[in-house]
Amino acid sequence: MTDLTTSYLGLVLDHPIVASSSPLTGDIDHLLDLQANGAAAVVLPSLFEEQVEHEAVALEATYEWASGMNAEAHGGYFPELDDYNTGAERYLDLLDRAKAELNVPVIASLNGTSVGGWTHYAEVLQEHGADALELNVYYVAADVELSGADIERQYLDLVEQVRTRIDLPLAVKVGPFFSSPGNFARQLAAAGADGLVLFNRFYQPDVDLEELTVAPDLVLSAPAEMRLVLRWIAILRGRVDAHLAATTGVHGADDVVKLVLAGADVTMMASALLRDGTSHLRAVRDGVSGWFSERDYESLGQARGSLSQASVADPDAFERANYMKTLLSYRPPV
Amino acid sequence: MSVAGPDAKTGLAGSGPPRDVMVDGNEAVAKIAHRVSEVIAIYPITPASPMGELSDAWSNEGRLNIWGSVPDVIEMQSEAGAAGTLHGALQAGALATTFTASQGLLLMIPNLYKVAGELTPAVIHVAARTVATHALSIFGDHSDVMAARQTGMAMLASGSVQEAQDLALIAHASTLRSRVPFIHFFDGFRTSHEVAKIAAVHDATLTSMLDDDLIAAHRARALDPDRPVLRGTAQNPDVFFQAREAANPFHEAVPTVVQAEMDRFASLTGRQYRCFDYYGHPTATDVIVIMGSGAGTVREVVDASTAAGRAVGVVEVHLYRPFDTTAFLASLPATAERLAVLDRTKEPGAIGEPLYLDTVAALAEGWPHLERPTVIGGRYGLSSKEFTPAMVLGVFDELASSSPRRHITVGIVDDVTHTSIDFDADAWSEPDHVTRAVFYGLGSDGTVGASKNTARIVGEQTPLHAQAYFVYDSKKSGSETVSHLRFSPEPIQSAYLVGQADFVGVHHLPALDRLDLLDVAAPGATLLLNSPFGAGTWEHLPAEVQEVIVAKELEAWVIDGHRVARAAGLDRRINTVLQTCFFALSDLLPQDQAIEAVKDSITKTYGRQGPAVLERNFRTVDGAVAALHRLANPGEVTTDRRRDQVVAASAPDFVQRVTGAMLANRGDLLPVSALPVDGTFPTGTSAFEKRSIANEIPIWDPEICIDCARCALVCPHAAIRVKVVPRIALDDAPVSFRHKEWQDETGQSREIIQVAPDDCTGCGVCVSICPAKSKEMVKHKAINMEAKRPHLATERANWDYFLTLPESDRTTLKLASIKGSQLAQPLFEFSGACAGCGETPYLKLLTQLFGDRIVVANATGCSSIYGGNLPTTPWTVDDNSRGPAWANSLFEDNAEFGLGLRLGLDRIAERARSLLRSLTPEIGELARGLLDADVDDEATIAAQRDRITELRGWLADNPSPEGQRLAALADHLVRRSVWIVGGDGWAYDIGFGGLDHLLATGRDVNVLVLDTEVYSNTGGQTSKATPRAAVAKFSAGGKPTAKKDLGMIAMAYGNVYVANVAMGANMTQTVRAMAEAAAHPGPSVIIAYSPCIAHGIDMSDMMGHQKLAASSGYWPLYRYDPRREEVGEHGLHLDSRKPTVPFREFAMTEGRFALSAQANPEVAGALMAAAQRDIDDRWHLYEQMVEVERTARYGLVDDADDDHRGGGTGSGDD
Repeated sequence: MTDLTTSYLGLVLDHPIVASSSPLTGDIDHLLDLQANGAAAVVLPSLFEEQVEHEAVALEATYEWASGMNAEAHGGYFPELDDYNTGAERYLDLLDRAKAELNVPVIASLNGTSVGGWTHYAEVLQEHGADALELNVYYVAADVELSGADIERQYLDLVEQVRTRIDLPLAVKVGPFFSSPGNFARQLAAAGADGLVLFNRFYQPDVDLEELTVAPDLVLSAPAEMRLVLRWIAILRGRVDAHLAATTGVHGADDVVKLVLAGADVTMMASALLRDGTSHLRAVRDGVSGWFSERDYESLGQARGSLSQASVADPDAFERANYMKTLLSYRPPV
Repeated sequence: MSVAGPDAKTGLAGSGPPRDVMVDGNEAVAKIAHRVSEVIAIYPITPASPMGELSDAWSNEGRLNIWGSVPDVIEMQSEAGAAGTLHGALQAGALATTFTASQGLLLMIPNLYKVAGELTPAVIHVAARTVATHALSIFGDHSDVMAARQTGMAMLASGSVQEAQDLALIAHASTLRSRVPFIHFFDGFRTSHEVAKIAAVHDATLTSMLDDDLIAAHRARALDPDRPVLRGTAQNPDVFFQAREAANPFHEAVPTVVQAEMDRFASLTGRQYRCFDYYGHPTATDVIVIMGSGAGTVREVVDASTAAGRAVGVVEVHLYRPFDTTAFLASLPATAERLAVLDRTKEPGAIGEPLYLDTVAALAEGWPHLERPTVIGGRYGLSSKEFTPAMVLGVFDELASSSPRRHITVGIVDDVTHTSIDFDADAWSEPDHVTRAVFYGLGSDGTVGASKNTARIVGEQTPLHAQAYFVYDSKKSGSETVSHLRFSPEPIQSAYLVGQADFVGVHHLPALDRLDLLDVAAPGATLLLNSPFGAGTWEHLPAEVQEVIVAKELEAWVIDGHRVARAAGLDRRINTVLQTCFFALSDLLPQDQAIEAVKDSITKTYGRQGPAVLERNFRTVDGAVAALHRLANPGEVTTDRRRDQVVAASAPDFVQRVTGAMLANRGDLLPVSALPVDGTFPTGTSAFEKRSIANEIPIWDPEICIDCARCALVCPHAAIRVKVVPRIALDDAPVSFRHKEWQDETGQSREIIQVAPDDCTGCGVCVSICPAKSKEMVKHKAINMEAKRPHLATERANWDYFLTLPESDRTTLKLASIKGSQLAQPLFEFSGACAGCGETPYLKLLTQLFGDRIVVANATGCSSIYGGNLPTTPWTVDDNSRGPAWANSLFEDNAEFGLGLRLGLDRIAERARSLLRSLTPEIGELARGLLDADVDDEATIAAQRDRITELRGWLADNPSPEGQRLAALADHLVRRSVWIVGGDGWAYDIGFGGLDHLLATGRDVNVLVLDTEVYSNTGGQTSKATPRAAVAKFSAGGKPTAKKDLGMIAMAYGNVYVANVAMGANMTQTVRAMAEAAAHPGPSVIIAYSPCIAHGIDMSDMMGHQKLAASSGYWPLYRYDPRREEVGEHGLHLDSRKPTVPFREFAMTEGRFALSAQANPEVAGALMAAAQRDIDDRWHLYEQMVEVERTARYGLVDDADDDHRGGGTGSGDD
């Protein structure tokens, strides 16, 4: 049996398969289920700055908007409640319960796009015992007035700010859309990120042809999406001072193996578990274990990065764009 | 659920000197009642509802009474139900209470006799309110409690917030000792809603006042199978009388008991009350006798007058029943020569009002001195009519006159029976030591909340006394509010509005263009204007306002509150901004301390709602001070623009004189002769009230329009109209007038969709529903919200022109279609309902279908308020002056009232037909035509009306007594359609018994239930229509039980037409249901889903919510038509498809469900799962019902007594 133990953010994990942030990690029953099916760690869903603000403002509006509107409904239309349990409180309840009931590490996730009062939640998550914090920088750069450099500066400020507030291991989850992802990854590490989670998938809009409206909805990742992650894990392995977590498109044991070979410390699964159920995690773990054992690997450490850009015979293969390869592979008929 | 100690949040549990608190009268009383009760049975009624709501909230959070248990608060189906429950709880030996007012108290009367007759200790706290007579009024007077004075209940009156708290406790103590139950009352609104600084009462005081042995004695008298007794016997002539007298000693002892409890209370708190409190000159000659809040005002005048050497005084009556003659006489100075007894009630036909008669009788029975004083009686303050010091001076002047009139009225001009006294409004100046502020705001801008906070901050953080009182106009959308605040080092007893303010805040600048708001400003006062015009504000003020600012040398300041609020991320709420400005401009607190206090108060108010809201509010505080600046004032009037006319000069005389005065806030000045003698008012008046409250209005783009007319159908305010006219009719149209091709057989018609720009509330429902989108830019629809200001002049001209175009000929319209119905003129327009109201589109549609022949019985509730609250009404008339005749009887009796209308109309119609039959030999063919015609659609109605016109001609040419009688009734040859309209509170709860009976009668009436699933009008209390899992008052944790299936109950009769409709889900079904209901010759019930602001939704999308409600099966659409069963078909037809959307998905779009899901996810999850099961089960049931065959045909039963349906009066049209 290969020793699948891996280290991520200073946490020692039994194997490299982590349940990524998803609706499945949003309630205690599913979290327990994930643990039972062998998840090495769990990442809770993100505490979203935007959502928490939205909920609080909507709550305020619900109470305030109609109060004082007429003499008979002087005090508004809703009873005062003892506790409104706004977003952060609900999240902290989940974290408390997860910490109390799970044995595997619990990684809290915080979504923010800007430095502000918001970042104090990092401290709160630390106080509530999170084993690590994943800063989920989920931001669509739609403001055409902002340059790439401006946005990168915001990210780095955010990471620096959070870093100063907590002692917890800090991972940063970003998307792939940077001019120089590798260089930016190094800057994130320099700003204080102990780990990088590559890559975030954004909800993409769709169009409802009946209503002619924009209709965003959740589309699960496809296995092919893993390729992008694979490339950058392979490129960054050994070139950035941070742990590497691979996420997006991790569906089966082969994917996990490939990513580990490319250099991932851990891999994170969500879509496949949502689609196939939490028991799928156990199957993937068994598959990974089987793959390495059959090939007599002693430990995961042996394999990790063995197919990184630095380790392969044809490092250009990770840089080549696909059409180049196609052209070069082309042989005219004789 | 957290369990707090007794009143932990108010700090009243401990000992030591009690804290001063800022509370209103309702809260002050509820804080006592909740702590000394075990069972609280209530029913919501203005202005007493908050006492029940607070009690429920406290019990919900686990607050304990002084004996360590959480009182059980239960909402009942009516006040009668609450009284019955109270009676039962008392008989079980519990300590029980209830809160009520007005009709609610009247509904309790039968039980009050019982409770008193059985000598059962109890206290009913009453926020005394006007009883409906010629009109309903939600405001305060003593007509309700005076109607209960004969029940045997003791009656204790409080005149201020402090007294209301203290006497509440004294009442509870006294009832235990005396065994006589008490009505403890205080003035509705004036005391119940006034926020004042009072000394709170500790639990220790409560415990000291309520003796354990008396409680034990009460329990020992309870019904108990271990010590069984029989109570509530039927007695006969032999003993009833004696038994009735047997309780005399208990009633006789009450005054002594009460005084003893008052003395005990004084020993515990230092506040001494007497059954009759005399205040004034020790040797006064002229004395006013009064009870309630007016006493404080009289005391103010007595202070000033005695200081000026006048020998006057006042007796404040606390214990009114039993009336202690000896104590009363002893309270009067021996020197009294003249008494004025002021009653806040009217007893038509009596020698005088009750307190006057009691006074006269007491003096006659026992005046111990030589000369018995002269007594005059006066009525004042009905329906919270202002009662001011100037009026009190007028009363003293009347008393001092050479021949004071025996019976007077105070505060009005009675130019009919000449009862009113004169008074000089300028004769009184408010004292210098009082700082007074008045704030004019809009209902939705937070001014009221901010003013309340301001008073609380000053009251709680300075040694000053503080008082806050709020006045609202009669509208639900865009209502204007006035907050009156006083601060003083002395206790404030002024129970009247501020007359001379040192500070005036105008938070809604456009109000200055319509109303005189600065009359209240004292010379040199500070004026704060919330204006978007910044430094240029002066030029936007009408000449009258500039004149006042210059003449009174007002120190005016300007802030753009909306900009500051927006910048901080708070959309419409300018409360924090303007509150901060007030503190910055007043010297009540040092600025730093004030800002700190405002932030503290924000933390208290919003802290539990999360840091985002807190931070936004803090930002507005900081932004406010920076944005405040002095108004540049040239020192002279620089404009000739005058204030707008309140009503157009073209309005009818009555509207100009009477309605116009009310609209201009000058209704108080109208003399008696100006008002109708019987409460009858003209309809069609809302059209003259151009409120112009919208910031954005819909603008039509005919290029894109697909002629669906949905915008007009859904418009809650009838502010969007559709007309189709011949092209030639538009020859003189303004250039700006938009119209488009209309496909009809003439090929020459044009369609117009026009908005009434001054009547639109800007709710946006029309835009939300519009299905037509531009191909170039999908956000541009056939109708779009745009800023009103640039469009106003044009659209006013367009609207005026639109009104001149002819209405469609109803006989040519396909009324049972959306388009056809919308081409018919609505006879319900421009109501003051909430912007985006879910109810009013149904009413409007009803009038489009049948408006020229309907009689509406309207239950009390939102629809009676936006339908019939003066000054104006949305019910209107067509070009023939025909339209809905409307009346509101009560809340509880609407079905019976409507049934009575049906019976009466049927008899009158039958009388007309009978007269016609007897004249048929002379009239001939015309009479036969009138009698035999099938009158069942627009064409046949029009033909019948033509025949009636012809008949009138014949009758005029052939005069006879019988003919004259027929002429008076001839219009009834077109049958009236009776519509019984009300909300779910009426239909499901308080009026259900009557509604059920109505359905059982089989009579031909139509019931329209505007189901908002909550008591909307009184502020969102749970009804039996409230769905499982929804949060509402009395269901703070989410309603645990399922909604009552009213439709199924009605269907069970088998002869009742029933439809469940939701306009936003299926408009055609709604139109069809109304037509079928009207055509059904028996009872019909339409239950109409009506989104409401109490649902916590964006009302602009209220139609979308209806659609989702139907697709989730939450609100299934169906029609049950017994006539189908007559022809062998199935009666029930499901009009919505099998649910496709999970309930939770629908629920989470509405605050009422989402709030619970957020606050308590586990409980909400369970409730939502149960609600889903309700939906699944109901759908399954309905699917089975669709297949059900019934064998008993309703028609077979009814045919046996054709007379029940009005006997062949052309019943087809109804």
